Amino acid sequence: MDRAALEMRPDAAAEWPDHIYESLKTHNITQVALVPDAGHARLIRRCLADNEMRVITLTTEEEGVALLGGSWLGGAKGILLMQSSGVGNCINMLSLAILHRTPLPMLVTMRGDFAEFNPAQVPMGQATQTVLEAMGTLVQRADLPEDVAATVDSTIRLAFNTYRPTATLLGQRLIGAKTFGKD
Amino acid sequence: MMSTSGLLERRAVVRALLAIRGDLLVISGLGAPSWDITAAGDCAQNMPLWGGMGGAAMMGLGLALAQPARKVLVITGDGEMLMGLGGLATIAVQQPPNLAVVVLDNEHYGETGGQETATRHGVDLAAMARGAGIADARVVRDEAGVLALRDAIHAAAAPLFAVVKIDSANLQLVLPPREGAYLQARFREAVLGPAAHHQS
Repeated sequence: MDRAALEMRPDAAAEWPDHIYESLKTHNITQVALVPDAGHARLIRRCLADNEMRVITLTTEEEGVALLGGSWLGGAKGILLMQSSGVGNCINMLSLAILHRTPLPMLVTMRGDFAEFNPAQVPMGQATQTVLEAMGTLVQRADLPEDVAATVDSTIRLAFNTYRPTATLLGQRLIGAKTFGKD
Repeated sequence: MMSTSGLLERRAVVRALLAIRGDLLVISGLGAPSWDITAAGDCAQNMPLWGGMGGAAMMGLGLALAQPARKVLVITGDGEMLMGLGGLATIAVQQPPNLAVVVLDNEHYGETGGQETATRHGVDLAAMARGAGIADARVVRDEAGVLALRDAIHAAAAPLFAVVKIDSANLQLVLPPREGAYLQARFREAVLGPAAHHQS
């Protein structure tokens, strides 16, 4: 497997990232904060190409929790894109979203949950849903392409209609396991 | 404005920065900076943080990007800023023209017993900000510098970062409201009007 194919996961023909992009547009999301993940690569490209969206690349995911708190203070709607390992970097900062009642939708591409190759991804991947829920986040999963659009739409609605952190976990079965050329 | 130690006194600095504030929006980092902005006068355009250590400057960035026509001032401490240093890079890349970050640097963790921070040992936050790409990153040590900083906050056309070296004395607690949902709702209403509570 060449490197491009490795980093282009999910499959370039998969359309579910476009369904996420359309959902962001439907809900007038204008600030997209992220630490890149290969599973979000196609969605990130769509957001970067959109002049109505501000993409903010973070040095660590917890910055995004604080940043989107500020966005909401100013009346803008945002979303946080990250990999499951990044969830671990967010935990204390979620205190602010809970205390302030900030709508905070998060889209998390999973590692360490389905056919994982890298042992270092397993501890945080397996803990992702538990720690998010421990910090008051409403968590839903999408493991099949046909589930993505409705689940992401639900995560965004729950955040902005009920004022809290919410997350969709995009399962590794959906994204495709990264194999480092060993498949 | 100076304390007997010969360093700037934090409450006097914040009072001066927030005098003639116009429609300036203010976020304060947890601990003493939140007490300082409250001592200067609690109001709806203040968002004092009670937690989220390391997040104040990033919250300022999100607000500045959402409200490009308003000036946003983040006032925080050296310990809080040290926990979110990566944010300097994130801010510098975005180059928000309406964001100023002021670090009240007493070189100590004042809320936890006065332990020394890294700035006590020479870590230069202004140099780090400049290295990230915030061109106007200054160190302020006297009253003239504070007044010049206040003018710069209102006049700036690029992100501004300032370290204000202050005395490390802990002052009387002047606490803002503790209910974060109230603080956020009153702030949003001040910025967005009644529409704040009726989003589409």
